[in-house]
Amino acid sequence: MFVPVQRFADFLVYNVFGLSEKSKLGSALNFFVFDTIKIFILLFMIIYAITFIRSFFPPEKTRKILAKNKGSVFIGHVLAALLGIVTPFCSCSAVPLFIGFVEAGVPLGVTFSYLIAAPMVNEVALGLLYGLFGIKIALIYVVSGEIIAIVSGIILGRLKLEKYVEGYVYEMNINTEIEIPNPTIKERLIDSWNFTKDLIKKIWLYVVIGIAIGGFMHGWIPNKALAPYMGKGNPFAVFIAVVVGVPLYSNAAGIIPLVSELTRAGVAMGTALSFMMAVTALSVPEMILLRRVLKPKLLAIFITIVGIGILFTGYLFNYIIA
Amino acid sequence: MVIKILGPGCSNCKKLEANAKEAVAKSGAKAKIVKVENIKDIMSYGVMRTPAIVINEKVKAFGKVCTVDEIIKFINEEK
Repeated sequence: MFVPVQRFADFLVYNVFGLSEKSKLGSALNFFVFDTIKIFILLFMIIYAITFIRSFFPPEKTRKILAKNKGSVFIGHVLAALLGIVTPFCSCSAVPLFIGFVEAGVPLGVTFSYLIAAPMVNEVALGLLYGLFGIKIALIYVVSGEIIAIVSGIILGRLKLEKYVEGYVYEMNINTEIEIPNPTIKERLIDSWNFTKDLIKKIWLYVVIGIAIGGFMHGWIPNKALAPYMGKGNPFAVFIAVVVGVPLYSNAAGIIPLVSELTRAGVAMGTALSFMMAVTALSVPEMILLRRVLKPKLLAIFITIVGIGILFTGYLFNYIIA
Repeated sequence: MVIKILGPGCSNCKKLEANAKEAVAKSGAKAKIVKVENIKDIMSYGVMRTPAIVINEKVKAFGKVCTVDEIIKFINEEK
């Protein structure tokens, strides 16, 4: 599918710019041109398709389903984690969603399963992983993210942490009977198109920076050069990747081109993926938002559990993928 | 007519406010635009996804940045 893009990149860099295929600059620039075009094509297709599908699963519906399923807590967690894939939210909606769920009577642990799955199993990351690495990596990513969301939610639910939720959350009197709009297919397509355009406008710089760093690595860092430090041989590599990743903030779309380059340079796949998950799922801006509804102790427990989950995924990947 | 923009103040909310201003200017409606940033007030409308647009206390749309044309339609509905 991307053969013509590769031909174009070769033509532009080697013929038009006259750079040698063997030169570092030529190789880096070729990578940059090819990956930029390829990733933007993938991003457009993936975001557009997913936004359209997602329009059928608004969080208001999710809340109703979860509030109804209070009886079986386990099914509640599984449902919440699954719905978290298709109903992600912009980080500024994290607080109203949290309050809306708790107010509607969704158990705290189930709410957490949803809150963890939504940023962790990121739909754009899923699509890009599939496009760049294939179905196997994409599937392990989803399954491990879902398991983390379900298990963490169950643990958080068992810990009886309701008292560490800011008091005002329970005192609010909100209208949970808001009418969910039911747009036509055409309206959904138009909305998805507008959303895709807006999102790409917002993230394109992250993506280009990610690819540029990747291109630089491609030209100057030889294959497997990082393997002795961040390869499978180093048991602390996953841990280091998570610690380095948390304070960084980027969109999944900006970090994945880098992930593919990291693996080429010899970083183990699981290590590179934990890095990606740490950057996207445990971001400082989102923690600041969640602090408005969670007392510091609960926020710390939340970060710890999700952090352990990401570490687990990293080691699991490194173990599974030879 | 009172148009309220509900949102904690992220970039989407600002964009919706700008679109609402443009829609008011284009439609020639006499409307006051009010920003609602307090989370309690936002949630009292039942809105979980921001930004949202409320005209004359009716929630017209939420969880998306409405275009200028959409907002003009909402304004005409409430005239």
